[in-house]
Amino acid sequence: MTLTAFLQYFANALQWGSFYALIAIGYSMVYGVLMLYNFAHGDIFMSGAYIGLFVCTGLLAISAGGLVSMPPWLILILTIIGSMIGTSLVGMFVERVAYRPLRNAPRASAAVTGLMVGLLLETTNLWVLGAERRHYPPLIKVMSYKIGGVSITNTKIMVIGVALLVMLIMHLIVHKTKIGLAMRACAYDFPVVPLMGVSIDFIAPATFVLGSSAAAIAGVLFSISYPVLEPYMGMLIGWKAFIAAILGGRGSIKGALLAGYLLGFIEIFVAAIFPSTLRDLIAYSIALLILTFRPLGFFGEPYSAHMRL
Amino acid sequence: MLKKLIVPFSVLTLLAVLVGGCKPAATPAAATPVPAAGIPYGGVIKIGNVAPMTGDIPKVGEDGDNGVKLALEEIGYELKVGDHTYKIEYLLEDNESKAESATAAATKLIKEDKVLALIGAYASKQAVPMGEVANRYKCPDISPWSTNPRTTKNRPYVFRACFIDPFQGRVGARYIKETWPDVKKVAVLYDVASDYPKGLAEEFKAGCEEVGLEVVAFETFTTKDRDFSSQLTKIINSGAQLLYTPQYYDEVPLIVKQAKELGWDKIIFGSDSWAGGDLASLCGDDCVGYRFTTHYAMVGAKGKTKKFIDAFKAKYGYEPSDVGALAYDAAQILLEAIKNTGGLTGDLEKDRDAIKDQLGAIKEWKGVTGTMNFTPEGDPIKCAVICEYNKEHKFELVDWACPAGVPKPE
Repeated sequence: MTLTAFLQYFANALQWGSFYALIAIGYSMVYGVLMLYNFAHGDIFMSGAYIGLFVCTGLLAISAGGLVSMPPWLILILTIIGSMIGTSLVGMFVERVAYRPLRNAPRASAAVTGLMVGLLLETTNLWVLGAERRHYPPLIKVMSYKIGGVSITNTKIMVIGVALLVMLIMHLIVHKTKIGLAMRACAYDFPVVPLMGVSIDFIAPATFVLGSSAAAIAGVLFSISYPVLEPYMGMLIGWKAFIAAILGGRGSIKGALLAGYLLGFIEIFVAAIFPSTLRDLIAYSIALLILTFRPLGFFGEPYSAHMRL
Repeated sequence: MLKKLIVPFSVLTLLAVLVGGCKPAATPAAATPVPAAGIPYGGVIKIGNVAPMTGDIPKVGEDGDNGVKLALEEIGYELKVGDHTYKIEYLLEDNESKAESATAAATKLIKEDKVLALIGAYASKQAVPMGEVANRYKCPDISPWSTNPRTTKNRPYVFRACFIDPFQGRVGARYIKETWPDVKKVAVLYDVASDYPKGLAEEFKAGCEEVGLEVVAFETFTTKDRDFSSQLTKIINSGAQLLYTPQYYDEVPLIVKQAKELGWDKIIFGSDSWAGGDLASLCGDDCVGYRFTTHYAMVGAKGKTKKFIDAFKAKYGYEPSDVGALAYDAAQILLEAIKNTGGLTGDLEKDRDAIKDQLGAIKEWKGVTGTMNFTPEGDPIKCAVICEYNKEHKFELVDWACPAGVPKPE
């Protein structure tokens, strides 16, 4: 493999890994704070993509209508914000309807509920919007730059940049704000938190809002990079991001980040070196090997495993 | 206590509304005819259509349904076979673009609804297993759009209205060699988990070897994959001058977009799956100038084909894809075969056999997708069309590619 080829794969992997990292954050956060695997998270990502589609199409129509003219970059920012708000509402709805009643139930019940909610989201989308594939309207003119033989588009740079920014903001929220403090307290010693005057009924939706916002951003960025939307688009990528969250250590945000990028790198480079038919086989065998030697993932802590069950 | 029940009850109510608002699966498309006494089957001929109405390629299902309905409407849902005039009952089943659902739907239509014959499935992934079921239960089945040879191979009851992939792959390779003489190295990118692209990619590779083109990259991905950057980077670095990608209309835009973003500026060549569905709305300007082998062209049509396009557009509001045209031809061929039996006996097994024999005997049938000659093998001998995605995002006829011994039309 030449150096240029390697750099090209590197750039591709950075972009692809960003999606896994952004979605894995949601899984890890919800698990860390609420001891709960939200299996509907992949479909929250899908909701983010579709809500973004509607906001974007609406804004483009308004802009073309002549009342208010908006430059494409403004539409993009508004789409992301709109999608974050909409998807947070979906996340809060899922928390309120599916998970809150089961807060003291066995973990298996909550996990199954998550799967059901995911299916509900997918089939509702299918029912309401039909089976047609949707095309995401082109917002930014794609410019491909060739730097030293490596082709990088402005969308790729945007995806990587936004993902890193989001992760930085998440880190700051979790470590520097009061809400973040409460979330970390939940991860440390769950039953005591309400005794300290912080209501779980407030922390739970807040956690979902953060996780869903990250998934929404991933959804919008994904739609821009791969502009064909379908109701089941969240399934495969959701499961892979879940694997990334486990690899990183459940409950650990920086682990989710690291493992998300690692998984992206493994997938891209395995397809580059071995025949592409063996990609998933080899990539997930590597993931399995990592778990065999580090069952709790990179940054997983055994302490929180003793808290419940 | 009541508070606890609010959530479950609201969920149940929501479910009830959703379920109550749904339509039943197999709705007879026209009003169920009243059976007449004394005539075989009560004077009602049942024909089933198993199409992918939901799933990956819903547009294909919709076009197939519309094509068949147009053919039936043109004869007023009535057919004179021998001494009696029968009413036609059309049953549509959704195969959800899944093999298991296709076989289940076919079994239901054959055994419970007791159809006389079947149309479908469309994508080879469903058509191959469905053909097995139809053949096992000795029910004639004609697939409008499946090009994988396994659909009809060693299955006397299964037929198709289109050409097969061994022909399509080779004719594609031959066309490339003749049209672009300085292209010596080609690359292929295809879905290894789906029957149609896998089969066609291998036929194309064989065709390339026959005409002297070198296949320098033979890359794969699996269904539902969205990112092809690794495979495309490998292809670009292989020195290929042309990319052959026999994929469906929801994957081609992604492949084309990513290829261009990674710096691919050479020819991309496709197959008939490009035309099935709405490639134009998903691909936009990205696909302009690329060509593919297919069954018929929208732009540049004449005669019976033009009449069909106009009728379809008038009834459904959009121009038919090749799926619609092939479904129309398949339905008409089936009706012709039923008519040619000279009369139905009322014995389902005997009549299905008779229809099967007649299907294999159809010669020089002038369909909207070309002239077809059938044999008991089930595969019609006909020409392929080379289409180009033009600046108006329409498929324009640029050339004909015919089997040896068959002259090019006009």
